[in-house]
Amino acid sequence: MLAAIAREAGLHPLANPTGSNLMRGVATALLGETDFLGRVRDAAHRLGVFEVDEATLPEAARALAPRVAVFTNLFRDQLDRYGEVDAVAGLWRRTLAELPPTTTMVLNADDPAVASLAASATGPVLTYGIEDTSVAGERLEHASDYRFCLSCGEELAYQAAFYGHVGHWRCPGCGQARPRPDVAATCVELVSERSTRLTLRTPQGELRVDVPLAGLYNVENALAAATGALALGLPLAAVERALGAFRAAFGRQERFQVDGREVLVLLGKNPTGLNQVLRTIASAGEGDGRHLLLFLNDGIADGRDISWIWDADYELMAERAASVVVSGTRAEELALRLKYADFRVEPHVIHGARAALDAALAGTPPGATLYVVPTYTAMLEVRELLARRGQRRPFWEAG
Amino acid sequence: MGGAQDREQRRVADDLRSVKGEAVREAVEAGVTVLAVCGGYQLFGRFYREASGAKLAGLGVFDLWTEHPGPGTRRLIGNVVAELCLEPGEGPTGGTLVGFENHGGRTYLGPGARPLARVRSGFGNNGRDGTEGARYQNAFGTYLHGSLLPKNPRFADRLIELALARRYGDGVRLEPLDDRLEELAHRAALRLVGRRR
Repeated sequence: MLAAIAREAGLHPLANPTGSNLMRGVATALLGETDFLGRVRDAAHRLGVFEVDEATLPEAARALAPRVAVFTNLFRDQLDRYGEVDAVAGLWRRTLAELPPTTTMVLNADDPAVASLAASATGPVLTYGIEDTSVAGERLEHASDYRFCLSCGEELAYQAAFYGHVGHWRCPGCGQARPRPDVAATCVELVSERSTRLTLRTPQGELRVDVPLAGLYNVENALAAATGALALGLPLAAVERALGAFRAAFGRQERFQVDGREVLVLLGKNPTGLNQVLRTIASAGEGDGRHLLLFLNDGIADGRDISWIWDADYELMAERAASVVVSGTRAEELALRLKYADFRVEPHVIHGARAALDAALAGTPPGATLYVVPTYTAMLEVRELLARRGQRRPFWEAG
Repeated sequence: MGGAQDREQRRVADDLRSVKGEAVREAVEAGVTVLAVCGGYQLFGRFYREASGAKLAGLGVFDLWTEHPGPGTRRLIGNVVAELCLEPGEGPTGGTLVGFENHGGRTYLGPGARPLARVRSGFGNNGRDGTEGARYQNAFGTYLHGSLLPKNPRFADRLIELALARRYGDGVRLEPLDDRLEELAHRAALRLVGRRR
């Protein structure tokens, strides 16, 4: 999103857009844009926009010396690879303390783990958050990773909970609280499963924009990008144009037309993200049941430990699912999880992404939407199948 | 009882030692069925020696102790298959136990603790002696999560039987349930072992 804003502002962003968010992804992006002396071509009009994962941050910060560092949120993801949420927060604090005072920190006020990084910042800090509490839930989800104050250990109190541990928080023990955000979503209307209407209050003025994405996590993402852009001195008009015309990143809300069905791919790889995806599907406009194709892989890039599915709220779909196919290396475990969630329909376990997709499409009436929710490696697989699918006639129409 | 991050685990440990510990020990002696997993399992031991050398007292329900061998040592992470030792007299008799382990501490059983299972694949208590988990009276400890009970239906049934037997006496028979999906997930987890990545 930040790269899209930079493009609207007339810059040529240099980015790693395909979710390749380790150092090798950054290096590949840079290699493609440098001359034989290692200089970035047309450097005056370039802006490097790099998404790095939680554990890559220290190395990336040292190598890139960024003008702006944007922190979105901190959720448990791949415990087997990254360790505990506390350990990652500690790593970030140490990294922040090493950054030059010229680096502007952009922090999510709604995530206590991120907002409290302000104390470690050496330079200017800008915060963002959702002010409109009408879109909040009453209490924290089960998949809440950060319930206790880092300073004093007291349990945090929430006036409004958006998702995970993101919300309007305050510590009754030491009085630390969510800061008033510099850039705020003062009004959030979830128009449909494909559109969200936002009113943003910024130091540069107010902005109303329809973002063609759903889910509160995308509201936070839009706020992060807008705040990052304003920290870079990019104009508000560019923010407006870019957010209004945004196309989802690789596999993170992509749409396909396949054999007369609409297929929506929503990446779900940790409990908090998956809860948002399930909520998005549940609130989709159609009254009828939802057709689902769920993948659970346990590759290194997915996280070998799949116990996180037991923390996600599949129960949201129990009454709404009209057809369910589960696939992936751990499909049986996912089917079992859905049984525990009391799904009305029995899930079909089908191994092999192609066979699973065929079966799920066959179970989706023409004109209806098939929601595909894969983990990361399954997303790569299913996306390629979908992209090729236009030329192929489906097996059930053959002959 | 499950585990948590270090910070939260410390809060629970303080509470258990100072407030609830005695009641938990009494309940275990009285034959109450208890399942402690990972960090909860470690807390049920006699002590936990941190990487720094500091020693944290546990509840002492199980005659075992846990040591973190120091920073830089490998965490024991991965899928596990183990053979259950459910009945006294020992020897693996209770079928298989499947799950996922992720722990830095190495647990060693004292003479008063029986292992819950023998590791077929994975690390188990310490990656060396082939034991996994512990059992004392009707208290069970294990490193396996994953989640544990849904895809180990026979182990789950055993815990229910023990709890019912304590309340209603022996002879309570569980009505068979449709556990095809549970068995399917169990067998799928068995097949993960030896799978190349």
